[in-house]
Amino acid sequence: MAETTATGTTSEEWQPKIVMFCCNWCSYGGADSAGMGRFQQPPTVRVIRVMCSGRMDPVFILNAFLEGADGVLFSGCHIGDCHYVNGNYKATIKYKFLKAMVNELGIEDERLKLDWISASEGERYAQVVTEFTEQIKKAGPSPLKPEGVV
Amino acid sequence: MENEEPRIGVFVCECGVNIGGYVDTQAVADYALTLPNVVYTKVNKFTCADSGQAEIQIGIKEHNLNRVIVAACTPRTHEPTFRACCKEAGVNPYQFEFVNIRDQCSWIHMWDREGATAKAKDLVRMGIARSMLLEPLEESSVPVDQNVMVIGAGVAGMQAAIDFGDMGYNVYLVEKEPSIGGRMARFDKVFPTNDCSICILGPKMVEVGRNKNINIMAYSEVTDVEGFVGNFEVTVLHKPRYLDTDICTGCAACQEVCPVEVPSEFNENFGTRKAIYIPFPQAVPLRAVLDMENCISCKACEKACEAGAIRYDQEPIYEKLKVGVITVAVGMDAFDPLPHNNYGYGIYDNVITTMEFERLLNAAGPTGGHVVRPSDAVEPITVGFINCVGSRDVNENIYCSGGVCCMFSIKNAQLLKEKRPETNHFVFYMDIRATMRGFEEAYNRARDLGVKFIRGKPVEITEKENGNLIVRTEDTLKGEIVNVEVDLLVLGTGLVPNQGVRDMGSILKLPRSTDNFLTELHPKLAPVDTTTDGVFVAGCAAGPRDVAYSTAHGSAAAGRATRLLSVGSAPIMGITARINEDACVVCGICVDKCPYGVFEIIGTNGDRHVNVVEALCKGCGTCVTACPTGALEQSHFKSDQVLAQVKNVFLYGGE
Repeated sequence: MAETTATGTTSEEWQPKIVMFCCNWCSYGGADSAGMGRFQQPPTVRVIRVMCSGRMDPVFILNAFLEGADGVLFSGCHIGDCHYVNGNYKATIKYKFLKAMVNELGIEDERLKLDWISASEGERYAQVVTEFTEQIKKAGPSPLKPEGVV
Repeated sequence: MENEEPRIGVFVCECGVNIGGYVDTQAVADYALTLPNVVYTKVNKFTCADSGQAEIQIGIKEHNLNRVIVAACTPRTHEPTFRACCKEAGVNPYQFEFVNIRDQCSWIHMWDREGATAKAKDLVRMGIARSMLLEPLEESSVPVDQNVMVIGAGVAGMQAAIDFGDMGYNVYLVEKEPSIGGRMARFDKVFPTNDCSICILGPKMVEVGRNKNINIMAYSEVTDVEGFVGNFEVTVLHKPRYLDTDICTGCAACQEVCPVEVPSEFNENFGTRKAIYIPFPQAVPLRAVLDMENCISCKACEKACEAGAIRYDQEPIYEKLKVGVITVAVGMDAFDPLPHNNYGYGIYDNVITTMEFERLLNAAGPTGGHVVRPSDAVEPITVGFINCVGSRDVNENIYCSGGVCCMFSIKNAQLLKEKRPETNHFVFYMDIRATMRGFEEAYNRARDLGVKFIRGKPVEITEKENGNLIVRTEDTLKGEIVNVEVDLLVLGTGLVPNQGVRDMGSILKLPRSTDNFLTELHPKLAPVDTTTDGVFVAGCAAGPRDVAYSTAHGSAAAGRATRLLSVGSAPIMGITARINEDACVVCGICVDKCPYGVFEIIGTNGDRHVNVVEALCKGCGTCVTACPTGALEQSHFKSDQVLAQVKNVFLYGGE
């Protein structure tokens, strides 16, 4: 029987699996702030920590889709606030390229999202996760997901 | 050791009920034991406690572990603890892996135990996959330059400079104003003891000036910082004072003859100063400064200066200084009620701010210590004080300014009542936050003197023809609306970050919190450290606080920084970029991508190669992503290590 939880989801409803890359200084801190502030969000996101959004290798993101991700989020410090001067600016360049690449893979480019979250924006972090989850739920399971993968 | 088969131990923390209350920790541990190479699992009540760490070390010894995973809180606060614990027990600290199941499971899926537990299992599986590929790393160290920079010479910065100087280190004390002293120099008295502010600060300023190890750089600003812990290169702009400070004696003869009068910033624009002026009588350094924007080039000062110190052609000077550590003590601003005309400020003449009141109350102020109201220069009989102006207000700032405004309103009402017993005082407050030692007594003293406290946030201020103001508020203790007529209304403005906080935030790459003050490394356990190694923060730059707290903070920052100075070396993280010269084609893309200048192409022809200066590397990994041949790798964040995590987000059929 479908049981409604505080996150507004039902346990029988399809839950997407989203891979999220966070930079250590801002968005991973934002995830910590979300925890500290108890900002509830759907349990759809698996966070991988890298030191800077500039480390965001296109190979990581394309691999995530090939392994079965329904969506990929990547996040860093707001432009101008990068802990490493301008790694996030370099990430934006890769993002533009990746958007096109994701289309080439044969999936909707809305499955990939870049958003800046600072270490103090716990509430925003939860909001970004919640909204992206809703968006991916609408899009449904990724057509690239290999058979049998959960 | 590298070829050793991984033997992994997984320790799942309950963190009391913080994790255990929302995630089935035993199920997570049981699941981990089913995964390859995991030989031992244990659920700890508190993994970070002594007992929990002992359990890790026993696990390492009894099960011959060479990899350790802790599934607990965040690596941002606890990674150093567990790395040290592993190191003690003989596991390389870089073969420890942290999985965050508190901030990413229990605390954010509090009503979804099943979902939180499933996610925790996934995260642990990802951590295990990554840990299999982790390599042992050694931390290196860099020498620490023995010079120190303190930015901002308010009470916190001065205290830090004195402590550094007394410990024998050479200090550059940079202050953007023409004199050191900061905000405290402008106060009349300080709570809760009602000491004369400049009488206690003055000797401290003199002490700074006299300390042979402190090099005061007044009227100077930090414009750029390069380098890293122990080896910063700071660019300081020395703004022209248009006089030779070595010759100027501070006699003020120039100030006497200058015909230009402009509003005095030191007196909160009450009263005037000249275009060439001594900042205030107790200024350190006691030297004049010429405000060229308002100078009319009459050259009267040049004629009056017997020492011949005036230099109209002085240019700004940029100086580069090498320092090992930096303390940021750039202070704060008082909230400005002018843009939103809070409580009629800027519309009604007789609404002033606390800082303005401080100057009026001060015997050295523009009125010689007579509090008068601006509209008619008459001494008021009834004075109102409104607290929380710009603080605890969703339209301005939601934070409380640390009780500072409560206390200065109490203090100012008390001081004026003592000076002129015929006066009446009303303090309009939401809550009185008299939290520190002696504060409650000061509050009681004010009440005993007859200061009236009305609990309520005023909703409307109206002006009468005679300049008096009607404060309309609910008295929430009586439950009725009251209208109080006052001759003068003082706004207890809160504390807000200043331009220095914003500038230092971007120059030193220091994050700022939601209140826009600088963020400490940890709000409780590392209150003066920052995320940038070798940079420390003191005083109001890290949030509203009073004089005593700022002074303690200054000393604390000096103490923390001295650890690096006295040892003479600072550890460098092992997560730097490494190059595989066999794969490198010397294309030079990494040279452009690195913001720290780690890479340089050296040699010619056959010997041409990329030189990597590891000490400069901060470990962002941007170069690795940019390297087209895969010659670069970031230690501890190697591509295969990250990809192992990506792959293990997912479970495959049959597994």
